[in-house]
Amino acid sequence: MTLGAVDWGVIGLYLLFVLGIGVAASRRAKSGTDFFLAGRAIPAWVAGLAFISANLGAQEVVGMGASGAKYGISTAHFYWIGAIPAMVFIGVFMMPFYYGSKARSVPEYLRMRFDEKTRGFNAFTFAVMTILSSGISMYALAKLIQTLHVLDGPFAAAHMPQTWIFHAAVLVSAAIVLVYIYLGGLRGAIYNEVLQFFLIVAGFAPLVWLGLRQVGGWHGLQAELGPAYTHIWHGMGSAATNRLGVDWFGLTMGLGFVLSFGYWCTDFLVVQRAMSANSMSAARRAPLIAAGVKMFIPFVVILPGLIAIALTATPDRPGASSQPPGAIVQHAPGVIPAKVDATSGKPMLDAHGQPQLDYDLATPNLLLREFPTGMLGVGLTALLASFMSGMAGNVTAFNTVFTFDIYQAYIRRTADDRHYLHVGRLATFFGVAASVAAAYLASAFNNIMDLIQLVFAFVNAPVFATFLLGMFWKRTTGHGAFAGLIAGTAVAALHHGLTLPMDDLPGVKGGWLAVTHAYPSEMAQNFWTAIWAWSGCFVTTIVVSLATRPHPEAELAGLVYSLTPKIDEAQGSWLFRPVTLGVVMIAAVVVLNLIFR
Amino acid sequence: MSFDIRLPIGLMFLAIGVLVGGYGAFGGPSAVKPGEPNVDLIVGALMVAFGVLMLALTRVRRGQG
Repeated sequence: MTLGAVDWGVIGLYLLFVLGIGVAASRRAKSGTDFFLAGRAIPAWVAGLAFISANLGAQEVVGMGASGAKYGISTAHFYWIGAIPAMVFIGVFMMPFYYGSKARSVPEYLRMRFDEKTRGFNAFTFAVMTILSSGISMYALAKLIQTLHVLDGPFAAAHMPQTWIFHAAVLVSAAIVLVYIYLGGLRGAIYNEVLQFFLIVAGFAPLVWLGLRQVGGWHGLQAELGPAYTHIWHGMGSAATNRLGVDWFGLTMGLGFVLSFGYWCTDFLVVQRAMSANSMSAARRAPLIAAGVKMFIPFVVILPGLIAIALTATPDRPGASSQPPGAIVQHAPGVIPAKVDATSGKPMLDAHGQPQLDYDLATPNLLLREFPTGMLGVGLTALLASFMSGMAGNVTAFNTVFTFDIYQAYIRRTADDRHYLHVGRLATFFGVAASVAAAYLASAFNNIMDLIQLVFAFVNAPVFATFLLGMFWKRTTGHGAFAGLIAGTAVAALHHGLTLPMDDLPGVKGGWLAVTHAYPSEMAQNFWTAIWAWSGCFVTTIVVSLATRPHPEAELAGLVYSLTPKIDEAQGSWLFRPVTLGVVMIAAVVVLNLIFR
Repeated sequence: MSFDIRLPIGLMFLAIGVLVGGYGAFGGPSAVKPGEPNVDLIVGALMVAFGVLMLALTRVRRGQG
């Protein structure tokens, strides 16, 4: 597959506009508030679209397609249960404290509400984690570009070795993100995220349309793939009877409550977008507007995976007419290729002697197969846009947390605004450079990255318990919060060390202390690790808080629910009030669940 | 008047839409896959329409959600 001049033209136009927005935003990046908080001047709809776009990275687009191909439409649980309720909760209940406290970051809120050590713990782990995740997604993008062979021709023509494609992909994409954030700060990132969001939809919606035409529409997909693939609640009564390997309780509590609220309500990467809004009411509506769009993203990112698997013959699918039951497919023809062993060059087989499919290629390969020259450029640009929006989210969250919660907190407490603006720009440069280093680390030591991510998953799992108690129980103390976070992290590690997904060996997948329980799937183990970690943090925070001296109530005004005057949202029609919007979003998601039950 | 993001979005969709749609209309056989509709032309036209809509919205009072 080679790119035509039109495809290059589309990519070129995109890059031109992205950099242009960076330059335009730089004219208004004169103070720290401009650079780190976009001047707190962003309209609600822009903040709302940036809120989802920053999360809609390339790993999400490719990963959700992969899950769609592997697990079917049940993947939509990650949106309908795993995002929308939490987005409604932050908009209706939590934004008044984040925005109203005038905190510049989530860790800074923790310092105002609790104490320095709780902030420090959150700030350091968050800073390292954002760098790692932007590095890992950069690695994934470069690897993908290499695998798709779209740059092979130009590199061969320029007499450059094919191995340079990886380096070029890493360095060029990093450099562009660096330029527009360095110049425009958060404003540059947010404006670009909105543009990138529309491009992602423009690239993937036509893919779904073309794909559905091929498989005979949604009903064709249902006939081809069967009910387990096309109903989200099929067999959810027990972990043994659905493709995810989780039951409804683990799903709703682990994903729908602990993991979802932990991410959407406390992760500064997304919260920062809402905190940049131009008013309290805009800040509250941003996550709600985001929820209204987010609930339809599955149709753009998950459906390509289902279409790709329907166009690929697999042995475990009796509906696939071309294969007699029980036949061994030596190589899976169709959209999704089999994984190939790098040393032997043969397809990798699973425990049943069937080839393992490389699901991560579901969406990208469908794109190469369906799109002609022209749309191919739009599709690849959409992929590039998703990568950049995700990376920019990480970089802007990093430079803010580094400047305010690490540099100003521990290195230089008092300086003028210009100094911190300068530090923020340096932190942007350093953050991008460290991400590039992390990308190369990931390419050299994949296992080490798995291990580091695992450790951070332990740190993250309990975090929502701390915020929930901090915002809604005035008796919660700093010692309680800190002890709870440490205990929750320890419980997560302990649970992981004592349990193992079936079919896995003890080690990085779990069971490194002893195997006391086997989960039907890795997903079930993840959800239950989160449930245990949250509970451990919740109980410990309460017990330690009761045993330690409470904060004086006067210091908690604006930070805790019972000590904050209720916000009067009288302006504007009742239709656009946060509570009304929240109810509408929840109702819409219930309807979606009923349609795809 | 401060910066309005709808302006660059409108311009970019207009430019990409004209490019891709134009290729679909005049690009010959490589623009259409056999057995498929002329997706370049259709999506290009939709992108132009979206771009024009965004540009029209910049004329409307800005800052509304």
